Amino acid sequence: MKENIKKQVKKGLTFQNLILQLQHYWGDLGCVIQQPYDVEVGAGTMHPETYLRVLGSEPYRVAYVQPSRRPADGRYGENPNRLFKHHQLQVILKPSPADVQNLYLQSLSAIGLNLAEHDVRFEEDNWEAPTLGAWGMGWQVLLDGLEITQFTYFQQSGGIDLDPVSVELTYGLDRICAYLQGVDSVYDVRWSQDRTYGQVRLLEEQQFSAYNFEYADPAIARQLFELHEKEATQLLDQLEKTGPEQVRRFPLLAAYDHCLKCSHQFNLLDSRGVISTTERAQLIARVRQIACRIAVDFLAQQGLLASDRAISEVEK
Amino acid sequence: MKTTADFLIEIGCEEIPAGMLPMAIRELQAILEKYLRTFNLLQDSPVETLGAPRRLAGMCASILIKQPDEIKELTGPPKSVAYDAAGKPTRAAESFALKAGLPVGKLSIVETPKGEYLAAKQVIHGISAKAILEEVLPRAVAEISWPRTMYWTGISGLHFIRPIRWVVALLDGKVLQVTLGDAVAGKFSAGHRFLGKSKVPITGAKDYVQKLRSNYVLVHPEERAKKIHAELKHLAAGKGFRIHEDLNLLSMVTYLNEYPTAIMGGFDPAYLELPDEILLTVMRDHQKYFGLERKDGSLAPHFLAVINLDRDRAGLIRAGHERVLRARFADARFFWETDQKCRLADYLPKLSAVTYQAKLGSYGAKVERVRTMARWMAEQWFSSGIPRASVAAADRAAELSKCDLVTDMVREFTELQGIVGGLYAKSQGEPEEVAWAVYDHYKPASLDDPIPRNITGQAIALADKVDSLVGCFAVGLIPSGSSDPFALRRAAMGIVKIIVETKLPVSLPMIIERSARTFAVSPKKIEILPDVQKQVVDFMLERAKFYLKERAGMAYDEINAALAAGADDLVDAVRRIEAIKAIRKTKNFVPLAVSFKRIRKILEKAGPGDGWKLPTVRPDLFAEEAERQLHARTMEVAKAADQHKRQGKYREALQDIAGLRPDVDRFFDEVMVNAEDEQIRKNRLTLLSQLLSELSTIADFSEIVTVEK
Repeated sequence: MKENIKKQVKKGLTFQNLILQLQHYWGDLGCVIQQPYDVEVGAGTMHPETYLRVLGSEPYRVAYVQPSRRPADGRYGENPNRLFKHHQLQVILKPSPADVQNLYLQSLSAIGLNLAEHDVRFEEDNWEAPTLGAWGMGWQVLLDGLEITQFTYFQQSGGIDLDPVSVELTYGLDRICAYLQGVDSVYDVRWSQDRTYGQVRLLEEQQFSAYNFEYADPAIARQLFELHEKEATQLLDQLEKTGPEQVRRFPLLAAYDHCLKCSHQFNLLDSRGVISTTERAQLIARVRQIACRIAVDFLAQQGLLASDRAISEVEK
Repeated sequence: MKTTADFLIEIGCEEIPAGMLPMAIRELQAILEKYLRTFNLLQDSPVETLGAPRRLAGMCASILIKQPDEIKELTGPPKSVAYDAAGKPTRAAESFALKAGLPVGKLSIVETPKGEYLAAKQVIHGISAKAILEEVLPRAVAEISWPRTMYWTGISGLHFIRPIRWVVALLDGKVLQVTLGDAVAGKFSAGHRFLGKSKVPITGAKDYVQKLRSNYVLVHPEERAKKIHAELKHLAAGKGFRIHEDLNLLSMVTYLNEYPTAIMGGFDPAYLELPDEILLTVMRDHQKYFGLERKDGSLAPHFLAVINLDRDRAGLIRAGHERVLRARFADARFFWETDQKCRLADYLPKLSAVTYQAKLGSYGAKVERVRTMARWMAEQWFSSGIPRASVAAADRAAELSKCDLVTDMVREFTELQGIVGGLYAKSQGEPEEVAWAVYDHYKPASLDDPIPRNITGQAIALADKVDSLVGCFAVGLIPSGSSDPFALRRAAMGIVKIIVETKLPVSLPMIIERSARTFAVSPKKIEILPDVQKQVVDFMLERAKFYLKERAGMAYDEINAALAAGADDLVDAVRRIEAIKAIRKTKNFVPLAVSFKRIRKILEKAGPGDGWKLPTVRPDLFAEEAERQLHARTMEVAKAADQHKRQGKYREALQDIAGLRPDVDRFFDEVMVNAEDEQIRKNRLTLLSQLLSELSTIADFSEIVTVEK
């Protein structure tokens, strides 16, 4: 098996082995290997394992692949580098360890890069997700001029100052793999030993580009946005009237799912080109308002649950 | 005994943004120098600061290891009180000795004007540099200002630009006890991430630079810049090319790498069909590559990249950079082709859906206003005898000016706005005049950036900028401090620069008033009140003063003097400033300026004019010959000056006025303005006020700075 990997590294890892290698690497460093979230998201940050886990003081390490849908980025499968849906490998280390840059660089060695033979650099890039009220400072990591990772020290999520600070590493798996395999088009990437990325995914890119740009009914997307917004809001409003006993079991995570759905419908409207700049800002603000409310409520709920646990520990 | 030692601090940091490093290095220098000076530790050796992406360092070859002792003389009670008749110290002497911390025997007597007093020489021992530095260094580091900071050791921990991972703090080779964030100072620095040792022992300021150099970190920015420049030139010359020089890019790569090395790559010559502007922007702004030019000035299908290594060992780096550039160029070509599937003007309707500013409406509305303004200006210029001003060209260029904002190319490469529109216009057969006007209309981007190359471009640039200023002021978006989101200062400066350099006839209040009218009929029907218009004029005049001082090197008081006498026409104002400068050295000018100031003060003291001003000067009320003469001469001089002024001979006109000096001097020597007789006083004030107003139409002399005697 080991011999096999070595051989592959020479030609560049297959897409699936690239994922396995990175998961293996981060799993060994104490990360929970989570699965992609099963609601459409635009970025790995929106997975509750990032958005909600970075809140509060509980240490946590997690890694997962997140297929990320960005309707406006679709190109009908005709552009070699642009995808409607790309794959991120997301790593959250909370709190951020002092040697995190080295840990990250070693992960590149683990996927077959000899760092002395490449120009790897950290260039300023502060990351911000306006729909989530989240931002952080960090870099984009460039490998021979190619952006391969977003490296961020989270400062706020849901409008809440984070303490401790988590570090978020977001690998752009599709382009990293194309680079490792030395192919110019992502569709030529070998996904498995005998299947290419194109064979696995081209149809999806074509159909969703057509849907996102042509077939999606903007009026329905708008209604869906409003419906999900309504459901999330009514949940949060209920929570406000709920007594402490009920707060503990309140389905905030469901509210968050609806918030994510809103965000996706917003992206769809955006790709249909039916929202003006002003309306755009308003819609973003509406999603952010829900996301931030959820973050605040989630933190309070976690506080209650943590104190319950502490009390039962003492009683034991 | 050794009294001095070398001092070094290195803040080992995760990659500091390249754009912020130069400023941080300068700031650290000032901060360290300030502290060392305040605490009297600095001698002749300068404080030097250096830096590379992963470190900021400051050092001094020699500082005092201890503050100099200070001798303080305390004065006590008079001798007569301190000693009794027998010459024995009294209780007063003893308590003074106690306060000074000396035995009574060590006290001395000083002679003062009030007699003899008891005195004590107290020695205040200096504090060690070690103690001072340990106290001060964390404060000094926290004082460096950054556009935005972050924390990494918890929200109450240190805030800095990026996490600090190690600190070297040495005085005389010994480690200072300093902690920054969670990094405790030691003697180990870190070499280059991939080529150097991760622990590099440092002895002090003497070996710091050298030790790092042998670990592939060039910590002197100049050393890196030199290496890059030499290698770029060498590689370019090897192929017979010239570097497309770019100082900003050179600075950027200097601060992006700890051990910079230039490498050359190539791209498919087929991409050279794309305009140079696009190729260079992709290379520079997105990849930080230098373009290369052939002898004839055309672009070569090669580029130079600066990498953070000593060499490209396996050729993988070059191949990687080439692949990335290929993808970028492929995108650009795709945009170039798909954008032009329809004509530039076809994008116009889309601008109605793009908001310029919420209260001001869409870009579509802005284009309509700019068109009206541009047509109006071209018409004015044409009828004032400038035949190359074309209303049709101005209208077409204004119509097309913002269309590129909704093209894919500008969405991807926003810095190419205007340029892309111009290129599309040209390739679609618009007249050169129109295409260049679209291309140039965001110019000038800075004090040094050239203005649009043709008159149509100048008209569009003025119209667009005035529209931005008037509109933003109307809805309260007035720049304050560092906040200027619509770049209105730059817009105002651009207007001034275009007017002054082209000498086109433009009246500031008139263009602003005309622009205000376009807002009144725009879809949002914005009424722009006269006081807002006035605010815009004042804002522009502030920028005009700045421009004339910084760019044209004019004296600020001469600028003020000329603008105070009239600023509607900046071209005319510049000619008046030049005249003031020429005449300022002549003997009468400065003394006259002093007199004008005096007149202004007298009038201000007299209060509002309705209290004293007569309808006209009345010669029958003159009591002294000097005032009669001043009156006669003022009329004479005003007439002569006015004639010269009409002919545009400002120098001669100012000379005429300066010739009034002896008469003014005589007036002040012989006449009391505040005469007892009310009527005579009023008449004299009226005379002075008339003199001031009639002779201040070219320059307000009282603005001239004179040395007060």
